[in-house]
Amino acid sequence: MQKHSFTIAMIASMAVLTALAQFGFINQYIQSVIMLMGVNIILSASLNLVNGYMGEFSCGHGGFMCVGAYASSVMTVLLFSKNQILGAPLLPESMALFAFPLALAVGAAVASVAGLIVAVPSFKTRGDYLAIITLAANYMVISAIDNLEIIGGPRGFMGMNATVNAMNSVVNIPWMLIWVILGTIFSVWILRRFVSSTLGKGVPAICQDEIAAEIMSVDTNRMKLIAFMLSSGLAGLAGGLFAHILGYVNPHSFDIMKSTEVMVMVYLGGMGSLSGATLSAVLFTLLLEVLRPLEIWKWVVIPLLLILLMQFRPEGLMGNKELSDLFPKLRKYYSFK
Amino acid sequence: MEIFQHILNALQFGSFYALIALGYTLVYGVLRLINFAHGDIFMVGAYIAYFVAVALLGMDTGMSPGLALAITVPVTMVLTALVGVTLERTMYRPLRRKGADRLYVVITALMAGLILENGNLALLGASRKRFPDLLEKSIWTFGSVSVTNLKVIVIVAAIAVFLLLQFIVTRTKIGMAMRGISYDKFAIPLMGIPLDTIIVFTFILGSGMAGLAGILFAMSYPILEPYMGALIGWKAFIAAVVGGIGDIRGAIVGGFLLGFIEIGVVAVFPSTLRDLFAFSILLVILWLKPTGLFGVAKTTKI
Repeated sequence: MQKHSFTIAMIASMAVLTALAQFGFINQYIQSVIMLMGVNIILSASLNLVNGYMGEFSCGHGGFMCVGAYASSVMTVLLFSKNQILGAPLLPESMALFAFPLALAVGAAVASVAGLIVAVPSFKTRGDYLAIITLAANYMVISAIDNLEIIGGPRGFMGMNATVNAMNSVVNIPWMLIWVILGTIFSVWILRRFVSSTLGKGVPAICQDEIAAEIMSVDTNRMKLIAFMLSSGLAGLAGGLFAHILGYVNPHSFDIMKSTEVMVMVYLGGMGSLSGATLSAVLFTLLLEVLRPLEIWKWVVIPLLLILLMQFRPEGLMGNKELSDLFPKLRKYYSFK
Repeated sequence: MEIFQHILNALQFGSFYALIALGYTLVYGVLRLINFAHGDIFMVGAYIAYFVAVALLGMDTGMSPGLALAITVPVTMVLTALVGVTLERTMYRPLRRKGADRLYVVITALMAGLILENGNLALLGASRKRFPDLLEKSIWTFGSVSVTNLKVIVIVAAIAVFLLLQFIVTRTKIGMAMRGISYDKFAIPLMGIPLDTIIVFTFILGSGMAGLAGILFAMSYPILEPYMGALIGWKAFIAAVVGGIGDIRGAIVGGFLLGFIEIGVVAVFPSTLRDLFAFSILLVILWLKPTGLFGVAKTTKI
């Protein structure tokens, strides 16, 4: 029983949160902060796989998020809302509940295919040069979407609210909150399973020494392919959720600024620590909200904080340790491998 | 004849990229540090030039624009170099002293760039600044090709800066020290070479060139805004990497290459496709030649 207390606590808190939102105890603003927190957790945890565990310097995570956001949005708009170009809804509203996770999955799949733009050059390229490729990939994605008039181009794309409304018309509970929480748990769970699996051990091996890893029979190209595709796929999932939370996407909200934000979260939390990435995503989202009254000075204060962090605690909040390494007693409460 | 006009435009664009890329490549060549703040130093340079020029023209001395330009250029270069050196002294050097991993310095640079951008926005507001005219515009026409004096100045400046830097790095003692540091940072102090002085000198050179690029850019496109350095800086960085970062020839070749690709794309396709094509081509170049055009692969020992 004790072993499962973490899982039980998680399910219970999810139920409590949903109930609070359902009966109006937490307002729309707090709900949206919680949902953004979830999206940020997925982003920072997934980038941590590449930047933290694998030791590469990917600075184009926003691009994959953009791909996922657009792919899943196009899916849901195609299926459930009236659009001048994409036509009348294809499915009745009652199907929304089943089709929405499918659309998210499609977004994630398309994003992970887009991850190939970075994964394939990474076979030959490392370090600073790979960083440029990720940067260029980010620009390419945004520029490509800017030029696709059919999905709005630079004006952005909207109509996702119809799907959310359709889900609400089936059962009226805060669906987006539930999907975000489920998506977050799924992402952290799958990353945790991956990096602690025998296969996933190859990723930190590449970080420490690629040639040595190769000698030790790690198929480095395959590992890189998996890591980049998993990471960008989860970013796509986060993008899909983000698009449906806001109900509107614009290619320029996923530019290099967004990628920098995600990178900040990874390095704030500590490279190679999933609990660090989660913790820092939560803290960072809160920090953004707390500093909101500062307006534009917010973006002076946050970089300054990070510079100070780099000077005095460069390894981030958690270093490469997990929460359970710091507090071994926590291990009694969950049954991960 | 249209093609000559495009070539001239490409040379002008390429000159801006090359001037900024030179700063990236100098710092990278010596420190193995991607100075992500460099694009924003360029932006700061343009703003400094604006304030200096406005102050000079605003005084009641009746100063002619030509004289104002002659004063603005060196003053801007010195002040911009000061900004670069301040970054190095306050942020990069403490980290280097602690022996921090290269990555943390890169993040610090990225954040320093953000501070410069947004600090500027917060201090000066979002209104764009109009750069005063310092140079009397004259157009020379050869057959059907017309060229402004400013365009010629930009191109000549980029080539002159390249030759100067190439001379400094390959022919002078301080350049030899710079190459030495990039070869082995730990042995160099043992040879009696002042490491920090050389690094500060590198930053002075790189940031000074960014300041020069800032003035020239502000004169060519006289609207200043705080985010102007971000995109052009990233692009120049990509140009430096494609040329082979750490090599001065690479920076100039990469810069002009990017200029030609962009103008070439715009000449044939709609201009919104410029970034897509430019970045795709650069990505393919990097994929085929991972260390850039002039870069040398480092042998790693196990």
